[in-house]
Amino acid sequence: MIEFSNLYWQLDSTNKTNEKVAALRDYLALAAADDAIWAIHFLVGRRLKRLVGVRMLAAWATEQVDLSTWMFEECYQRVGDLAETISLILPPAATATPLPLADLIHNHLLPMQSMSEPEKRTTVLNLWSRFDQPQLFVLGKLMTGGFRVGVSKKLVTRAIGEQFEIDGATIAHRLMGDWEPTESFYSRLTSQDDGEAEVSKPYPFFLANPNKDHPSQLGNFDDWSLEWKWDGIRAQVIHREDQTFIWSRGEELITEQFPDVAAAAADLPNGTVLDGELVAWDFKSARPLPFHQLQRRLGRKKVGKKLLTEVPVVLLGFDLLECNSHDVRKKSLTERQLVLTELLQTVENSSLRIPPRVAADSWESAAMQRDQSKLMRAEGLMLKRRESPYQVGRPTGDWWKWKVDPYTIDAVLIYAQRGHGRRASLYSDYTFAVWNAGELVPFAKAYSGLTDKEIRKVDAFIRKNTTERFGPVRSVTPELVFELAFENIQKSTRHKSGVAVRFPRISRWRHDKAIVDADQLSTILELIEP
Amino acid sequence: MQTTQVIQSTSRGLFCEPGGFFIDPWRPVARAVITHAHSDHARWGSQHYLAADTNRQILPVRLGSKAKIDFAPLGKPQRIGGVTVTFVPAGHILGSAQIVIEHRGEIVVVSGDYKREPDLTCQMFEPVRCHTFVTESTFGLPVYRWPDPRAVFKQINDWWRQNQKTGKASVLLAYALGKAQRLLAGIDSTLGPIYTHGAVEKLNAAYRESGIALPDTIYASNLEKGTDFSQALIIAPPSTLGTPWIRRFGKISTGMASGWMQIRGTRRRRSMDRGFILSDHVDWKSLLQTIEETAAESIWVTHGYSDIVVRHLQEQGMHAKVLETEFTGESLDGETASSTEEPA
Ligand SMILES: [Zn+2]
Repeated sequence: MIEFSNLYWQLDSTNKTNEKVAALRDYLALAAADDAIWAIHFLVGRRLKRLVGVRMLAAWATEQVDLSTWMFEECYQRVGDLAETISLILPPAATATPLPLADLIHNHLLPMQSMSEPEKRTTVLNLWSRFDQPQLFVLGKLMTGGFRVGVSKKLVTRAIGEQFEIDGATIAHRLMGDWEPTESFYSRLTSQDDGEAEVSKPYPFFLANPNKDHPSQLGNFDDWSLEWKWDGIRAQVIHREDQTFIWSRGEELITEQFPDVAAAAADLPNGTVLDGELVAWDFKSARPLPFHQLQRRLGRKKVGKKLLTEVPVVLLGFDLLECNSHDVRKKSLTERQLVLTELLQTVENSSLRIPPRVAADSWESAAMQRDQSKLMRAEGLMLKRRESPYQVGRPTGDWWKWKVDPYTIDAVLIYAQRGHGRRASLYSDYTFAVWNAGELVPFAKAYSGLTDKEIRKVDAFIRKNTTERFGPVRSVTPELVFELAFENIQKSTRHKSGVAVRFPRISRWRHDKAIVDADQLSTILELIEP
Repeated sequence: MQTTQVIQSTSRGLFCEPGGFFIDPWRPVARAVITHAHSDHARWGSQHYLAADTNRQILPVRLGSKAKIDFAPLGKPQRIGGVTVTFVPAGHILGSAQIVIEHRGEIVVVSGDYKREPDLTCQMFEPVRCHTFVTESTFGLPVYRWPDPRAVFKQINDWWRQNQKTGKASVLLAYALGKAQRLLAGIDSTLGPIYTHGAVEKLNAAYRESGIALPDTIYASNLEKGTDFSQALIIAPPSTLGTPWIRRFGKISTGMASGWMQIRGTRRRRSMDRGFILSDHVDWKSLLQTIEETAAESIWVTHGYSDIVVRHLQEQGMHAKVLETEFTGESLDGETASSTEEPA
């Protein structure tokens, strides 16, 4: 428990990914198997069923140290966290007793589930007498099911992979679904790769470049296949050996977040991999629901029935990468899509769909269609060369995205300043950055585009995450990603980024994106008209 | 029981009428008696000051060389008007003293700021039995409980060593007067070179002139280009964070030493790499213990969580009242404690 508490505080005190991974690796290197697997259990966001309410703990602690209730409340108001307040008012043990994490859980915490209230109280008081303040804090969080620390499942996966020299995808695969935090599971988790994860492995995604010119520059219209550019989550759906996996472009397994699509994918023949876009679907008008509806489905551990009915998600499948267990990426797009269409027609499950077509027979009519993108809830058109194989990464030449004006890019909030007039008390003027050579460079300022409710949320985030102050400007922890829209873009020597944009505004808050998903400066430079 | 007539609260600060002087007045007055040199206690502009003689080097730094200051030895009663005034160590910073006022057998003690932990740079607090005790309450909440300072210094040394391994300069942010010198005296100075900000270095000099032993420090100004700071400890006031001054040190890890670091939210809001819990004020336990040791019948509470402490003392059956002040105690950001940016 002492080691686990130390790990918690190390993770809590840094926002640098490398330091977090290092702290996790150091912990794993020394931890016993049964402790380590419980630690992983908590770090990936699983919890114990609540053993006791935090208000009950507060009452016992207040009583134990003979404090008035009002005094506890005064303390809580200043500290802002109940479990922390409790840990601070309790007298710390002179020397913390070593109590391994697994021991704590098996012999003290889990038995509480079947205890009466007085028995629970005795157990808790006993535990409190054994730890110091930082440990009491972590203990409180474990008991009340409120344990949370700033690491993603992906980061934990990476640390385990690096520590035991196992491919990250294998670890991700092993951590999927239901598993019990047992020693035997831990030894399986950390055993050398025997290829069992091959079944879940996605292919690298093929990404499109922005199209800057009129597409007639691309040559003969008949050489090109047109699709809507959907505004959802790019995903690969895999069905192999009777198992289904959904991967996001960020290489995260998101199968459990999309049970509707996963169930449909189970009907695919074994040895099938589809590429497509997950969108919230409006069955009545046969087009996606607005993006904010899809956002309601994101970032949840479990998706409830109500939400599944209100916001059904479908995969609009636009490419086929594997068919009958054969890698078909070398075949032409035309061939792949022909097989894909047949396949999806035979599956007949409404959660796997062939996307609505773009009706155009010339570049002129394509341009007119593109102007209708908003009606289709699309961001524009995709232009794909019919002869093109499915490639890796973002090579130029075969796949283009032809977005509707204005231009949009995803950028990271890095500075904030108070607004004016009605918003003078809120941090509502923002500076955004994009990536350049692994660094976030300031790129545009924007003042508008969010709702009042969103502004208040961003304001609260800024206050909690200020890293530095320069006069009225606060520098904030880079964490929030926004889509910025602007009218035009030009080279500029006056800006650090080398570009200046006209009329930048926030088109929406991308809750679904992490800062690594923000755009590269090079992508923006490509947007500049020659 | 009757409220004392020896001191009274006024718009300019605490006034001792039979002695004809103010204690730590926040507006200019004719005669001011000063508990210690922090700027929320030693305000500029009064005609005449009296302070404990341990302040001889540092108070002029704060009040200007033109200020008219008399110094009195610790423990030696001074006759002022109709009262006797004695300075008794408060253990807060060098020069800090409680002001003990005796008037016709009645004793009033104004503590100023104080702490009970040992500090190599100043004399330990000495409790004085009195009728009325005026106490600070900067950290007057049960959530403030100081760890053993030796353990904190060990944490700081460990952090410095760790940074040396990863090639980062260790920037330790602390109050320029008092905390900075306490840190210097407490850390393991054999680990590497120690650089200081000008505000700190000026006071280091005053401490050394007062006979306080501090390790060698280098004033971080006009340094040669390309100086390697990767093994160094840098001590600077919190206001330097995020300024160009701090960029000269290259890759850094930042730490802050303050009682406020006890609360996780405060630590995170400051986005310091490390927070070290080290305060020059009393924590909750020592506050109550001190009140008990003074055996005072009446407690006046100021500078901090006065309302809460008063309510608590009253619940314990004590006579307690809030003494209003224009200042709110040690703020996080700088020397002028009137800033209430981070009230908790
Ligand atoms: Zn002070």
